[in-house]
Amino acid sequence: MRAALLLLAGLALVAPPVPAQIDGPRSGADFLTPDTRTLQDDDFLNPGLFAVEEGRALWNRVEGAAGQACASCHAEADMRGVAARHPVFDPATGGLVDLAGRVNAMRREHMGAPELPRESQAMLALTAFLGFQSRGMPMAVEIDGPARPFFEAGREDWFRRRGQLNLSCAQCHDDLAGRRLRGDTISQGQVNGMPFYRLMWRTMASRHRMFEWCETSLRAEPRAAGSAEYLALELYVAWRGRGLPVETPAVRR
Amino acid sequence: MRPLPAVAALLLLAGTAGAAGPSMDRPLTDRPGDPARGRAVVRDLSKATCLICHAMPIPEEPDHGDLGPPLAGVGARLGSGEIRQRIVDPTTANPATVMPAYFRTEGLDRVGAAFRGRTIYTAQEVEDVVAYLATLTGE
Ligand code: HEC
Ligand code: HEC
Ligand code: HEC
Repeated sequence: MRAALLLLAGLALVAPPVPAQIDGPRSGADFLTPDTRTLQDDDFLNPGLFAVEEGRALWNRVEGAAGQACASCHAEADMRGVAARHPVFDPATGGLVDLAGRVNAMRREHMGAPELPRESQAMLALTAFLGFQSRGMPMAVEIDGPARPFFEAGREDWFRRRGQLNLSCAQCHDDLAGRRLRGDTISQGQVNGMPFYRLMWRTMASRHRMFEWCETSLRAEPRAAGSAEYLALELYVAWRGRGLPVETPAVRR
Repeated sequence: MRPLPAVAALLLLAGTAGAAGPSMDRPLTDRPGDPARGRAVVRDLSKATCLICHAMPIPEEPDHGDLGPPLAGVGARLGSGEIRQRIVDPTTANPATVMPAYFRTEGLDRVGAAFRGRTIYTAQEVEDVVAYLATLTGE
């Protein structure tokens, strides 16, 4: 079924309690039903932890012509804080790079291994593993210096109306957070828990897939995952949620 | 009838604005709206159902949204022209509204390929929904 229908169909689930007041960044976890919240908070139940374990195995696995694993060059502890500061400006490409882009750059340049498709199980596992290394750390992306124009473009995108339904991200996630859109409670659209496990999809999903889902629901032509536009939007959204703890792997409806 | 460009819609309603908001008094079709059809149209998930945002007296549907006001009693509050204007293009009443325009194709950005140049409702569906909402006079 198309994502548009999913949002508009408003799947018949019990609506969680509406937060009384919203000021400052609030994690999507605060808008969950108690059941889903428990799934996220309990490491024995959280299905995203399987992805983290799979990512750890991939981290240690030798792949590609150079005969290297990620672990050949990096200690796991070196990855602490990395997810909290991505996406970052990358002088090598003159654009932004997110965690998935970083993984593929490593595979290309240091390992001689083929790039992983963005929503592949392996990529989601590796990025979940990287995100997990920053769990509990405050989101803190850099928006000054060379990142600035990208940040401004992302901010502009956030406030621009789009699609047949003619809505901006801000109209729902800034103005209507906590209100009910049929079966869904609208959260602030934060990205501190990604990649996350989405129950509706029964799989891990990336930040960009969520952007695509919302845009498709608005009957807009979505951008491609990994596009310059989504990287800029991601930078703005990550900055907007600055200070929120990284919660990878989060669980969502 | 073809969808109204936003400007034409504005011209049409010039001078007809009632107390409760702009009004579009001329029906879009010759065939009068059918309230029973309208009740089915507003529930249609493939047409951005009003239930995403409004509670409506349609008890068999679960999970009505709360972004807009409940529509029970709207037929007593608003005239048919005001209801029609709301549905055709609610930005004429509130430029910052989150309610989509159900009969407008102009001035939209990055519309998905499957929906480009198409309105959410046909002219007849607008009339059917106007007729249905006009019957909602109780609380
Ligand atoms: C041959 C050694 C080598 C291998 C193998 C390697 N890296 Fe790297 N990695 C580097 C070097 C050198 C840098 C810093 C310069 C750069 O970006 O190339 C780096 C940078 C990084 C960064 C950015 C760190 C920061 O502080 O922002 C991440 C994340 C990363 N690597 C992850 C990985 C992952 C995941 C893998 C496996 C898919 C991997 N690396 C494989 C050498 C390696
Ligand atoms: C019509 C209202 C609406 C608009 C407009 C909208 N979204 Fe969403 N968004 C939702 C709903 C509903 C969900 C699922 C429930 C939730 O987490 O808010 C969601 C979820 C998200 C999430 C996941 C949040 C989490 O913690 O799981 C992100 C990120 C997001 N949206 C980003 C965006 C971006 C970027 C835009 C603009 C391109 C956008 N949204 C536009 C309604 C909207
Ligand atoms: C995305 C949310 C959304 C959807 C979908 C939506 N509306 Fe609305 N509607 C609103 C909001 C919010 C208002 C309050 C005024 C405003 O902000 O424009 C409103 C106001 C109205 C009003 C004026 C009510 C009054 O008492 O003044 C009418 C009539 C109305 N809507 C009818 C409809 C109909 C009919 C549909 C479906 C064809 C629909 N709406 C779909 C959000 C929505």
